[in-house]
Amino acid sequence: MINRLSLDYKQLPLIATISLFVLMFSFGSVRYTGFFSAQVFLNLFIDNAFLIVIAVGMTFVIISGGIDLSVGSVIALTSMVAASLTMSAQWSPFIVIPISLLIGTVLGLVQGSLIHFYNLQPFIVTLAGMFLARGLSYVISVETIAIDHPFFSYMASTRIPLPGDTFISISVIIALIIVAIAVFIGHSTKFGRTVYAIGGSEQSAMLMGLPVGKTKVLIYTFSGFCASLAGLIFTFYMLSGYGLHANGMELDTIAAVVIGGTLLTGGAGYVAGSVVGVLILGVIQTIIVFEGTLSSWWTKIAIGVLLLLFIVLQRVIVLRSEKKQGNQ
Amino acid sequence: MIQSIMKSRLLWPIVILILILLINLFFDSNFFSVEVRNGHLTGSLIDILNRGAPLILISIGMTLVIATKGIDLSVGSVIAMAGAIGSMSIAGSEGAGLAPIFIAIGLTLLICTLVGGWNGLLVSRIGVQPIVATLILMVAGRGIAQLITGGQITTVYYEPYSFIGGGYLFTLPFSVFIVAAVLILAVVLTRKTALGLFIESVGSNPNASRLAGINSKNIMLMVYMFSGFCAGVGGLILSSNVMSADGNNAGLWFELDAILAVVIGGTSLMGGRFYLIGTVIGALIIQSLTTTIYSIGVPAETNLVVKAVVVLIVCLLQSPEFRKRVFGIGKVKRKGEQKAREGVTLP
Repeated sequence: MINRLSLDYKQLPLIATISLFVLMFSFGSVRYTGFFSAQVFLNLFIDNAFLIVIAVGMTFVIISGGIDLSVGSVIALTSMVAASLTMSAQWSPFIVIPISLLIGTVLGLVQGSLIHFYNLQPFIVTLAGMFLARGLSYVISVETIAIDHPFFSYMASTRIPLPGDTFISISVIIALIIVAIAVFIGHSTKFGRTVYAIGGSEQSAMLMGLPVGKTKVLIYTFSGFCASLAGLIFTFYMLSGYGLHANGMELDTIAAVVIGGTLLTGGAGYVAGSVVGVLILGVIQTIIVFEGTLSSWWTKIAIGVLLLLFIVLQRVIVLRSEKKQGNQ
Repeated sequence: MIQSIMKSRLLWPIVILILILLINLFFDSNFFSVEVRNGHLTGSLIDILNRGAPLILISIGMTLVIATKGIDLSVGSVIAMAGAIGSMSIAGSEGAGLAPIFIAIGLTLLICTLVGGWNGLLVSRIGVQPIVATLILMVAGRGIAQLITGGQITTVYYEPYSFIGGGYLFTLPFSVFIVAAVLILAVVLTRKTALGLFIESVGSNPNASRLAGINSKNIMLMVYMFSGFCAGVGGLILSSNVMSADGNNAGLWFELDAILAVVIGGTSLMGGRFYLIGTVIGALIIQSLTTTIYSIGVPAETNLVVKAVVVLIVCLLQSPEFRKRVFGIGKVKRKGEQKAREGVTLP
């Protein structure tokens, strides 16, 4: 009985998310000519590859019951470092890319350590990390640094042809690899199970003898790495570094994760759900582009409304399952 | 006497504030001078007070929200909405007397309070986590502000509007009086009545306080409404300072600055205790820091880095684990900690 209930409670948001995506895509297809095509669908991945990558890292953080507000700023910082090292210092991309990836990873490691060792709140630590990363990217330069380097241009413009006259970009491949790795980590490793256990109840996880501290530090390190990788993908996408890049992206990410069915209280959620969450945000934007008369601020309002719907849905599900368990 | 000063939670914030102000003295020997010019008091200190007014207001609201173990991420967006509503409702009323401004203020504050109430409803009635509940409005609020202004920076050409943020009364900036009024209202309501006690009790344990006969749901609803109201006043001041409404950038990062001010002021994010005066000092520290960074010629971009370092230092100092590891801490505290730990290990 309990098993069946917990199944519902975990999967209903995900089912709702997928149905919503299908519904919105069908709506677009019926309403606009040229909407229903494989390329429009693939463009959702091409335009949101970076968002998928950060959402993957954020999913682990939120499942563990934490939050990472620094991701948007880490994207800006990574783009800034990559741009300035490539353009001003004239370094080779093979040195620049590892350094860029290290930035977010180290910041994530430091944040995770502060959260674990000094028992600080994730919210406030990553808030400081957000200030720090954005501030540092402004310290590097307040101007946009355009990147004009053959390697970056290659990464930006290469089209990988797919059957049916469609194509994807290299960034999409990177994003999908990360998703595959994360799905494997989340569902088939000890680390993944520990993340869910910490989100369910940190104290119980500790009493069970799970390596809570190590896992928590690693979760934030992984999220930082994802943010840096997303930063690189974003740099390929924009071909520039700028301190204001990805402003407010952390909220889009959290919205995608929540819409993807991950409980913000922790303990339940799916990496794959977050990918669908990102796709839903992408569909909203595509619909607004196709509509033509709607302005971009409708995106924000639509995301807000969806966020509200899903959060209320989550509450109802949790309340109902609590009530039923209480009656038993 | 000395012991009671040392124990005061306000000690360190005040010391930091004075230190920051003293640093300025090295770069500008006239920093502390205040003089009357055109019947207005002018000087760096007055400037800090005047420019810090919106942040102080918003931090006061945030303090009460945090005292109930909540958080209000939507204040930045509410500021943008307040500016948009205020500006749009008086756009094109040049030379129409004073009536439009009262309508604008009334309408803005009413809507902002209701918007705060919406957050409060989500938190208290539906039981959504505060971070999440207010996140919705943080995302959507900026969209709504842009919707109201049509996505443009709307300029106001109505003179009386500038008085809210830029006017002077009895030689002092008018915004200082607004801050004083809201602060006195908050202090009197929370410290002279039982309301403050109720808020703290809801913050430490909502269920226990409900069983004790406190209507914890309404208390929560109220603090979010108050926070919305404060953000509305702050938004009016900010928008009146620049005589325009900018749905995109007005109030950007304010929620973070406000949380920072509250934490520096000694209020713990865990709820259950709050220090309004500490918050005011915290907000003044942030404002002085910003002014200092500008005045000593450090690039303004480092502002965020400095703030980040300050947040981390303050949080680390508040963390018992950190204090134990770094300072070792004397006998008295260890006893207290041991007791606390015994309490925690027994579920």
